[in-house]
Amino acid sequence: MQIDHKEEFRPKIVAFCCNWCSYAGADLAGSSRLSYPADVKIIRVPCSCRVNPMFLLRAFERGADGVILCGCHPGDCHYSTGNYYTRRRMTLLFSLLEFIGVERERVRVEWVSAAEGAKLSETMNDFVKTVGALGRNIRLGDLRCRN
Amino acid sequence: MQELKNRIAQLLADGSVQRILGWKKGEMDYDAEPAFFETQASLDDFVYHGFCAANLSKYMIEAAKLPGKTLVCLKPCDSYSFNQLLKEHRVDREKTYIIGVGCSGKLDIDKIRAAGIKGISGISEMENDTLRIETLEGEKSCRRKDVLLERCHVCKGKDHVIFDEQIGSSQDTTDGDRFAAVREIEAMAPEARFAYFQEELGKCIRCNACRNVCPVCNCRKCVFDSTKFDSVQKVNADSFEERMFHIIRAFHVAGRCTDCGECSRVCPQKIPLHLFNRKLIQDINTLYGTYQAGSGLEGKTPLTEYHPEDAEP
Repeated sequence: MQIDHKEEFRPKIVAFCCNWCSYAGADLAGSSRLSYPADVKIIRVPCSCRVNPMFLLRAFERGADGVILCGCHPGDCHYSTGNYYTRRRMTLLFSLLEFIGVERERVRVEWVSAAEGAKLSETMNDFVKTVGALGRNIRLGDLRCRN
Repeated sequence: MQELKNRIAQLLADGSVQRILGWKKGEMDYDAEPAFFETQASLDDFVYHGFCAANLSKYMIEAAKLPGKTLVCLKPCDSYSFNQLLKEHRVDREKTYIIGVGCSGKLDIDKIRAAGIKGISGISEMENDTLRIETLEGEKSCRRKDVLLERCHVCKGKDHVIFDEQIGSSQDTTDGDRFAAVREIEAMAPEARFAYFQEELGKCIRCNACRNVCPVCNCRKCVFDSTKFDSVQKVNADSFEERMFHIIRAFHVAGRCTDCGECSRVCPQKIPLHLFNRKLIQDINTLYGTYQAGSGLEGKTPLTEYHPEDAEP
């Protein structure tokens, strides 16, 4: 006898959150009892500027279906200017990814301050929904990293 | 060429420079290779002609570590690369003597072969912009402008941006739109773009020639040489690997790439690698203002600069 069970696709999401704003925002979301999907795995970074394009690609390589980068609002960076550089860098990287035919919706940058727990929760919910609709990331994954 | 050869021989003889960085005669007329010349006798092999396409700027990083002054021959577009390296403090201007050599476009042997000319035993450049090609099947000829390297169709101009003296005259060979190919790909559907790049990058054998030849790809330690990093093995095990390598390679030179076109020229698999660089240059130009890396020594590069009102990703 075969048990017919339909497995729902759950996207794997990696979120890089800056220590000073977005990570604290996630904390606030937690303490305000606002939920975001468990598919989101948060990695804390000192500043959004710490995120090397390689980090994103590595996440995809290892099987992430979407990568979101959260940092302080431009102008509010703990290190004054870090996120301004992030912004330029990611604009170019995303454009390049789109150029080679990767779905643009798989990557996102969102500015979330420490007071915006609700925004973080909303953003994550929305991102998981978007990536979930896109399905599994085949174009940027490394087969060897699949289990 | 004789004027250039005489001049460098003279500078080497009177001790103003310790060595010459130029092009050495290869086995065939079309495979001149970069070389250092330290003695008068070795200068017999020095050549400069239409196939001396190699950009010599990158060798100056090593030359800067050698004692004494090095004379380097730079074509107009190579001088942009040298300038960029100078800006990044990778070369030593004090230990360099630059001769700006004239250039009227460099030739692509593959295009000559593609035109159906096979069994080439000798090539000579004629005055009237034609090439006389000796082949096993007899003498043939073709127009110079039909067999120029891709990069020469989008020439950066005939002026050297940095030099100590100039020998020979240059010519602007621009006859194409630099971003036409990029726009063409952009107009394709995402699936088609993906298929196109998978096809192109799937040819990659990870020989690292593009990395090694690129003047601005000059980190002392390259992330792709790390053995601790499982995605950098030199085997062609998964298609993502090439994509990763090429995305990172292109991104790493974003804002610093002078668009010298060496990556595409040296690629043994003929992957149009310059498309990635051009795409980034196009984005930089539209988003952050027109920028030509290597055109000057002052100012910041687009990615080391910001504006509060920049576009959101």
